[in-house]
Amino acid sequence: MRATEATADARRYMEICNACRYCEGYCAVFPAMELRREFTDGDLGYLANLCHNCRGCFYACQYAPPHEFGINLPKTFAQIRNQTYEEYAWPPPLAGMFRRNGLVVSMSTALGIAAVLILTMLWQSPDVLYGAHTGAGSFYAVIPYHAMVSVGTVTFVYALLALAMGFANFWRDAAKGKGAVEGASLLQALCDIFTLRNLSGGGHGCNDRDEAFSESRRWLHHFMFYGFLLCFASTSVATIYHHWLGWVAPYELLSLPVVLGTAGGIGLLIGTAGLIWLKVTGDQEPTARELLGADMALLVLLALAAFTGLILLGLRSTGAMGVLLAIHLGVILALFLTLPYSKMVHGVYRGAALLIYAIEKRHAAPAHAE
Amino acid sequence: MVDFSHTYDVLVVGGGNAALCAAITARQAGASVLLLEHAPKAFRGGNSRHTRNFRSMHEAPTAVLTEAYSEEEYWDDLKRVTGGNTDEALARMTIRESSKVMPWMMDCGVRFQPSLTGTLNLSRTNAFFLGGGKALVNAYYLTAERLGVDILYDTEVRELHMQDGFVTHVTVTAHGFPETVRAKAIVAASGGFQANIEWLKEYWGAAADNFLIRGTPYAKGGVLKNLLAQGVQPIGDPTQCHCVAIDARAPKFDGGIVTRLDSVPFSIMVNQDAERFYDEGEDVWPKRYAIWGRLTAQQPGQIAYSIVDAKCLKLFMPSVFPAIKADSIAELAKKLGLDAAKLEQTVKTYNAAVRPGTFNDKILDDCRTEGLTPPKTHWARRIDEPPYYAYPLRPGITFTYLGVKVNERARAIMKDGKPSGNLFASGEIMAGSILGKGYLAGFGMTIGTVFGRIAGAEAAKYARN
Repeated sequence: MRATEATADARRYMEICNACRYCEGYCAVFPAMELRREFTDGDLGYLANLCHNCRGCFYACQYAPPHEFGINLPKTFAQIRNQTYEEYAWPPPLAGMFRRNGLVVSMSTALGIAAVLILTMLWQSPDVLYGAHTGAGSFYAVIPYHAMVSVGTVTFVYALLALAMGFANFWRDAAKGKGAVEGASLLQALCDIFTLRNLSGGGHGCNDRDEAFSESRRWLHHFMFYGFLLCFASTSVATIYHHWLGWVAPYELLSLPVVLGTAGGIGLLIGTAGLIWLKVTGDQEPTARELLGADMALLVLLALAAFTGLILLGLRSTGAMGVLLAIHLGVILALFLTLPYSKMVHGVYRGAALLIYAIEKRHAAPAHAE
Repeated sequence: MVDFSHTYDVLVVGGGNAALCAAITARQAGASVLLLEHAPKAFRGGNSRHTRNFRSMHEAPTAVLTEAYSEEEYWDDLKRVTGGNTDEALARMTIRESSKVMPWMMDCGVRFQPSLTGTLNLSRTNAFFLGGGKALVNAYYLTAERLGVDILYDTEVRELHMQDGFVTHVTVTAHGFPETVRAKAIVAASGGFQANIEWLKEYWGAAADNFLIRGTPYAKGGVLKNLLAQGVQPIGDPTQCHCVAIDARAPKFDGGIVTRLDSVPFSIMVNQDAERFYDEGEDVWPKRYAIWGRLTAQQPGQIAYSIVDAKCLKLFMPSVFPAIKADSIAELAKKLGLDAAKLEQTVKTYNAAVRPGTFNDKILDDCRTEGLTPPKTHWARRIDEPPYYAYPLRPGITFTYLGVKVNERARAIMKDGKPSGNLFASGEIMAGSILGKGYLAGFGMTIGTVFGRIAGAEAAKYARN
């Protein structure tokens, strides 16, 4: 981690918080903080990524602005998280993608859609593209199966590789000397990830929009996250159908891939729309305004992926299918390409931070009066 | 929109815990309520926003309190810290109510923390607010707003006009403009006068200029002074305040908990003349924590320095300000602006007087000095392992004891002994009736909550009849 104004602020905040500790019931950040007396830049990167941005600490803080100590952890930690995304990005020359990430992701989305549409139009004759297709293989009449699968596989595998490298870079800095990964720690971390325990403000909800508590953000994120996983499951099942069972898409409305995909798409739409609404209507003070673009771009991209998928499903037996398929695949292409260079990476670093937390909680005692 | 031509059932003066409990209770009883907070919204809540817990009697373990804390034990604790300077009937009523009020607090959105780490182990006697006092204050404001209590920030109450023990009307400055407020009943919950340095000077002289105020700068005692001038009976020693030694680098106001420093028992304390002045190891820190403010206030320039060596640094919770560090005592003296030769001599004399013993920071150990004045009777170890560290300390005022006398119905008592017609009081402004001296962690919040509820209910009952 590079020393910046944000890390300097965060270090001062952590020293104040460590002398106060009123917020220790809210989330993992404060118990993790209590294990330390001094905060290296690596520690701050770890704590910032452990922060789920529930903002409970901001509204409870007797030292929040306009107090002269001016503590604003949610905002500063968001800035440091973005710094982590940039510094640990792989390959390093692409770190700059995180500097104007809203622009990068939205331009990629536009270009992804345009590229697939243009290529499809150049490739196919208008009567194929605009014609109604029915029966097995109708999608592949418009975009050849092998083109679809090879581009999808290459981009997705690349994304996984880049994310794994980011994880490794972060791990090397933040997990140093914390002890080995044990089964119990891994289990704890997975449980924290899948339940978003730290987005419950100690069991009573977070300050999603203002000083009132709610669990909206946690539930909306669940809709989005599990919606995403259902879509992924849908694709996986379809792959098995195609390769091992020889059943070629499109599938029946009540078939497993369609049911999973439809549920996932609806979940994604509810989650992303709700999270956008929270961002627009919530108190702006504990947020880093300069990062709003990146957040919004990814939310919109995910919403588009779900929306275009559902529309495609609805109109797949009409003449609109060809164009809709090209648009949907353009969105998915953009999603895969920007996966390691968008807010998506937060999951990787958050997961790593939660795992480190689970490890160090098992090994260390708090650093107060011994 | 607040309509100043409207006569409210209940006017609550103040915006901290006691005021909010009164306002919510009165509103729940059906009264129309106006609450006036002197501070702007960001600093609302008086000293309550710096608090963390609530001392609660309980017969059996609860989700947030361990073991049991009986009425008798609670009363014994109170009797001990106040040296009997309390009112047994009011105190016992407060203690008993403290065991019943938590469900109401939770209904109002207050959340408690399940268990606690940290230095002071209070989870048997005190329930900790999740997120601390500001989170509690936020919850109460949200509830008050939801119930329809009218709230004005940036509004200072200038005068409660009293006639024969009856408040006829109230003049205020609301967002900079003079206004008159009329209400059938008034609850004064506007705290003490600890942020009024001029008033403190009446008792402490110029030394008060060097005092730090740990909490809100809005506790100027204007309402208290106004009421006492109009024949409300005072209670509590006007010259006394709860005063602890805090890090001298703290902000003048609102430094709160992080300026606290627990180094004294492991250190030697010297004044500006580099001389020791009191036994640093007299008793365990929680029992001696509150005397060092006064001791420091009595030193020249109202400043003292806590000095430890490398082996002691990790034994205590530091304040938020970094320790001043040096490799020799002389260098440390220079950094502190003290006479180097004199500090070296003080440390040398102290080191020579330290007797061998088995150090144990958890008990009153046998590490002590011999032939030294003043002695250090526990945890005395030589200061000989560089680097050396120092923290400067000044008196930090938490609250003042002077208040208005109330009866068990929270009604203010006039000098002639008769209860006021329509004036009630809750919180710090009447706490001297129960806590006349000393301090019991979390008891201020208990008094504020219990009397806030009584004052609110009584004021509403009076206004609605």
